[in-house]
Amino acid sequence: MTTIATDALEETAPRTAPRPPFLRGARGRWDWLGALPYLAFTALFMVAPVFYLVTGAFQHPDGGFTLQNIRDLAAPNIAASYWLSIRLSLASALIGTVAGLLLAWAVVLGGLPSWVRSAVTTFSGVASNFAGVPLAFAFIATLGRIGLVTVLLRDLFGFNLYGTGFSLFSFWGLALTYLYFQMPLMLLVVTPALEGLKPDWSEAAASLGASRFQFWRHVGAPVLAPSVLGCFLLLFANAFGTLATVIALTGSNFSVVPILLFQQIRGNVLYNPNLGYALAVGMIAIMAVSNTLYLMLRARAERWQR
Amino acid sequence: MRRGTPILSTVIVLLGAAYFLVPLYAAFQFSLQMKRGELSLEAYRSVLSSSVFLSTLTFSAVASFAAIAMGALLVVPTVYWVRLKLPRLRPVVEFLSLLPLIIPPVVLVFGHIRLFGSNSVLPLTMTASGTNVLLVMGYVVLSLPYMFRAVDNGMAAIDIRTLTEAAESLGASRIRTIAGVIFPNVRSAIVSGAFLTFSICLGEFVLASLLNRPAFGPYMVQLGQDYAYEPAALAILSFALTWTLMALMQLFATRSPGRRRRAPLKTSTTP
Repeated sequence: MTTIATDALEETAPRTAPRPPFLRGARGRWDWLGALPYLAFTALFMVAPVFYLVTGAFQHPDGGFTLQNIRDLAAPNIAASYWLSIRLSLASALIGTVAGLLLAWAVVLGGLPSWVRSAVTTFSGVASNFAGVPLAFAFIATLGRIGLVTVLLRDLFGFNLYGTGFSLFSFWGLALTYLYFQMPLMLLVVTPALEGLKPDWSEAAASLGASRFQFWRHVGAPVLAPSVLGCFLLLFANAFGTLATVIALTGSNFSVVPILLFQQIRGNVLYNPNLGYALAVGMIAIMAVSNTLYLMLRARAERWQR
Repeated sequence: MRRGTPILSTVIVLLGAAYFLVPLYAAFQFSLQMKRGELSLEAYRSVLSSSVFLSTLTFSAVASFAAIAMGALLVVPTVYWVRLKLPRLRPVVEFLSLLPLIIPPVVLVFGHIRLFGSNSVLPLTMTASGTNVLLVMGYVVLSLPYMFRAVDNGMAAIDIRTLTEAAESLGASRIRTIAGVIFPNVRSAIVSGAFLTFSICLGEFVLASLLNRPAFGPYMVQLGQDYAYEPAALAILSFALTWTLMALMQLFATRSPGRRRRAPLKTSTTP
């Protein structure tokens, strides 16, 4: 109503009285100046640095255009880094998606008292922000060589965790640590989708004689699928960019792509600055694809949540 | 839907709780064991009495506050102005605010170091104060998605057009309208954006480390390589701090005039 009234005022006001000052410049030629500080800031500190890296990725060290740097990303050590990063991100995103979805289902639809849900949700808000160095320290105290759980397993059950080949400072140890911020993130982003499963639908299905399995197979799963897939991609990107946790756990010995780039910035370990730019551009490309797909899937999923 | 499920969902929640709470308990227990054979707060005393701890924490806190101030000054007038005058620019502005989510911090700082390095027109990394400025700018970029989202939601919940009309018909200048009317009305949104910014920047490692700043994140990593018990104490302190910040944020978020995305017909109808 308010907007309609304002529009009407805008149409009729000039004939009867001078327009109020806030409308006078409504189509002012200089209005765009108001957005200039923001546009200048983002151009200078976000777009220009990325542009610099992108152009550098397609140049020889002496300045000419080349695709050689992009081709060099297929060199064994770099390809191995990407492959390790992708596998770790996939594993951690998959575990996070399944665990987060189960937990979200349990607290949203599981028939538990509502305080459980608010406790879990609040805790998730904290835990999804509890990443980086302190998280690594907490896991070292838990699953490190003299961590609480490692020692308990040894003393109580005679089970030597590190004898099985497990190490906190290797692939599965990292995946397990990532879960600490992946599972809460999944819970937070997938909860609206689970809430969107309206009770009417399951009642309607039941009154038509559908079993619970049939309901989930034909209604629940198809409605949830875009959300869950989108959240999986968000978790994938989240894991792919993780660096501080890895450094605090492994001290840059575990060469995922962010670590390799970190070392390249520190000391040009690739002996080719332009290959470093290509490495960075490859990271942006992977992040951009997974985040764009996430946003598209989320837009699709939101159709059911109105 | 609810037939027979509580057992299964109870088991899931208990497993989840165990996964979340065991590392916290382990870190806590570990942090108490610095003195052999007894439980003591020695690790905490050792951390808190270190002058490096204090100086790096202060440095990072100042950098975070600078990033918050800079971010708010950048985002609030822009969101206001775009909503009021430049609705067609909105997709661009919103897209730019989301860009940091696809630029990993390590890539961002790489670009910064190259673009503002020794042979650039703006050689920020050549002086300590210039590098500090660059660090704060990096933090503003990292927190931009969160600050923007918070302020944009806050702005959607108030009727900025009517407020502007009212302020200007009472003779307020543009600056005064923004400072005296719009800012106070989105204060709680700014505060929640500020808390998120703070929790991102305070222990931030990648930018601070690659720019060689004496910040808290690199200090924590160094501590983790040199000591055993102090890092566990730091983890507990840091978790407590994150928890406090989130609690404060919840408090401010629920006190905001309304968290709907659409502006109500009249402002402040929701309790």
